[in-house]
Amino acid sequence: MPNNRRNFFKQLAGIGSLLLLGKKKKAHAAYSGRSPDQLGVLVDTTLCVGCRSCEKACNRINEDLPHKPSETFRDDSVFEQRRRMEWDAYTVVNRYKNQGDEGRSLYAKFQCMHCVYPACESACIVGAFTREPNGAVIYDAWKCIGCRYCMAACPFQVPAYEYGNALTPQVRKCTFCFEKRLSEGKIPACVEACPMQVMSFGKRNDLIRKAKKKIKESSDRYLPHIYGEREVGGTAWLYLSGVAFEDIDFPKLGYGPVPGYTEPIQHAIFKWFLPPLGLYTMLGGIMWFLNKKKKNRKQLENK
Amino acid sequence: MVFEQKKEKPETVRKQIKMSSHQRAAPVEKKFFTPGMKILTAVMVTGLGFGLYRMIFGLASVTNLNNQYALGLWIGADVATGVALAAGGFTTGALVYIFNREHFHAILRPALLTALLGYTFVGIGLEFDLGKWYNIWHPAIPFMWQGNSVLFEVGMCVMVYLNVLYIEFMPVVCERFIGRVNLPGMLSCLNNPVDILLRFLDHILGKIMFIFIIAGVVLSCLHQSSLGTLMVIAPYKLHPLYWSLLSPAFFLSSAIGVGLPMVIFESMLACRAFGRKPEMRVLTPLARIIPFLIGVYIFLKIGDMIFRGTYVYLFESSVPAIMFWIEFGFLTVVPFFMFMSSDIRRSPRGLFIAATMYIIGIFLNRSTVFFIAFKPVYAEKAYIPAMGEFALTIGLIAAIIFVYRVFVTILPVLPAQEENS
Ligand code: SF4
Ligand code: SF4
Ligand code: SF4
Repeated sequence: MPNNRRNFFKQLAGIGSLLLLGKKKKAHAAYSGRSPDQLGVLVDTTLCVGCRSCEKACNRINEDLPHKPSETFRDDSVFEQRRRMEWDAYTVVNRYKNQGDEGRSLYAKFQCMHCVYPACESACIVGAFTREPNGAVIYDAWKCIGCRYCMAACPFQVPAYEYGNALTPQVRKCTFCFEKRLSEGKIPACVEACPMQVMSFGKRNDLIRKAKKKIKESSDRYLPHIYGEREVGGTAWLYLSGVAFEDIDFPKLGYGPVPGYTEPIQHAIFKWFLPPLGLYTMLGGIMWFLNKKKKNRKQLENK
Repeated sequence: MVFEQKKEKPETVRKQIKMSSHQRAAPVEKKFFTPGMKILTAVMVTGLGFGLYRMIFGLASVTNLNNQYALGLWIGADVATGVALAAGGFTTGALVYIFNREHFHAILRPALLTALLGYTFVGIGLEFDLGKWYNIWHPAIPFMWQGNSVLFEVGMCVMVYLNVLYIEFMPVVCERFIGRVNLPGMLSCLNNPVDILLRFLDHILGKIMFIFIIAGVVLSCLHQSSLGTLMVIAPYKLHPLYWSLLSPAFFLSSAIGVGLPMVIFESMLACRAFGRKPEMRVLTPLARIIPFLIGVYIFLKIGDMIFRGTYVYLFESSVPAIMFWIEFGFLTVVPFFMFMSSDIRRSPRGLFIAATMYIIGIFLNRSTVFFIAFKPVYAEKAYIPAMGEFALTIGLIAAIIFVYRVFVTILPVLPAQEENS
């Protein structure tokens, strides 16, 4: 069965690319991030030691989240489960078994990937999610109506919801430190806090170059795959790993942007409002014609 | 009843002319609080109790939703199924007015009322699901318009269509109250102005109603299909048996297909509740049309399956595959053949069973797309709706029936009965 499934995804990518044919050029630009100024972060998971300094830094910078005491971030028992981001935790680090070297565990940090073609942005009914020109995907709580369609759309299952909040629930996810750091010319808090320099921040194109160099120089250390370079049209956050990405919980995704499936359908239906107007005219025509026919018949009968 | 009825009927003649060749509709004259209605009221109050609890204590207190399964029963059933089952309004409208099948005039008003109530309750149900329900008006504000969002289109179309439905229903209200406006107490001084207003509306609407009828059909086609596009954005989460670029066509064709069965279902239930004979004279020929409509859906679905090769999943032992056999194999294809048989079409019982089966099939289909065949990336266990979620959904259905009953008691919706048998 898994084989079938893979075939299916291939097919799916095929259909998707057919749809995107018109936008082929754009889709290509995706790999470089839509603009050369697109920022990004390269995460080298092979360097991560699971100290969770990034989680702590993230909790400190996002002051609207409940402040968690420092001890919480030293508690290693959290690694016993696979965690996901929560409304009050925009990033989490998970531990994985290392098949090759039992003694050394693997760690991976998760947060919003800041897609180049964000599904959340395309899905949102009121445009509460927007992608900034520098690549940060940010959220406007005021606009949000809480339909949670963005959560169903995100291919990385990132956004979390405040289900316990009855009056002002928000969708929560990593902000790329857009307001607090990037707009002041500083680097994201988690990137800065990491003692092992797992993450490097910079222009996405430079980071891809850097990653390629790393892969080339130590091919025994890295798989030749930069996760996020092409997945779903590219993401701002890029990952390097020594083991298969599925083994450290990164979903296997195709290269077509996810909104590339819905938006062409959507726009085809609404092309200059022609299809709805056409349908309207057609139905009106049928109605008029059948009515006239009936009237004629009646007149004949009356004669 | 709150509404006093004046005994004299000055307008009857006028109305008889208006309804001309068709059977006249009239308010139902039956006791309102039968034992069945009491049970219904209890169910409704229980459901709304859960709804109220959710409003005060938040979604987490009542639902099993989580960061993996963000959309649940309330979206799959109350909204997606609700919209599909309310398709009877536009399909009969198209049938009678656009395709000129006057023969079906008698079912027009009940179908319209069901659609009206259905969509109204889609809105009410949605309010319980929206985290910030008080922001529901946001999509209508131009600076928040988001043309890329499928949901935006669904929301806008449903909103406009709801208004169209109210306009389409207006003549029924006019017919009942023109010449009989009798407001209580202080308001009685408004009797005359209201009457004039109603006459004016009746006059204008009579002339331009066709604009709204066609608009209703177009709007319905748009949002019925877009409901199917919603989950196309999640290709990696929805099972391949259900993820298809043709999904909008499936949703549209199956909704058109379920419109008439819903009319049959509802008409038979109403007859039963009011101790009347089912109107097979109308329903049997109506059922003849159904196989063509469901047939389109079945054809598209099977064609897509062959084209994409997804039949390989039919025999895997997974919940989506099982659901496919149940909702499509058993509850769509079987009723299709039942509607094909002229014996079944003539038997009230057979017709009722066939219609019910397909309606349940549609409910399961929508639920499957929205949360049963939908597997979020990191889901560790499946989402099973909580008791409170079921309670609210069932409560809302009870509420629809309750309000329907109120409407048909006050307004001339159902065909007039010469005597109560
Ligand atoms: S990872 Fe998800 S939440 Fe983040 S930008 Fe992409 S689609 Fe949006
Ligand atoms: S929950 Fe809010 S942010 Fe997400 S799609 Fe709905 S309105 Fe947009
Ligand atoms: S970029 Fe900022 S918001 Fe995102 S995980 Fe890092 S610290 Fe948290």
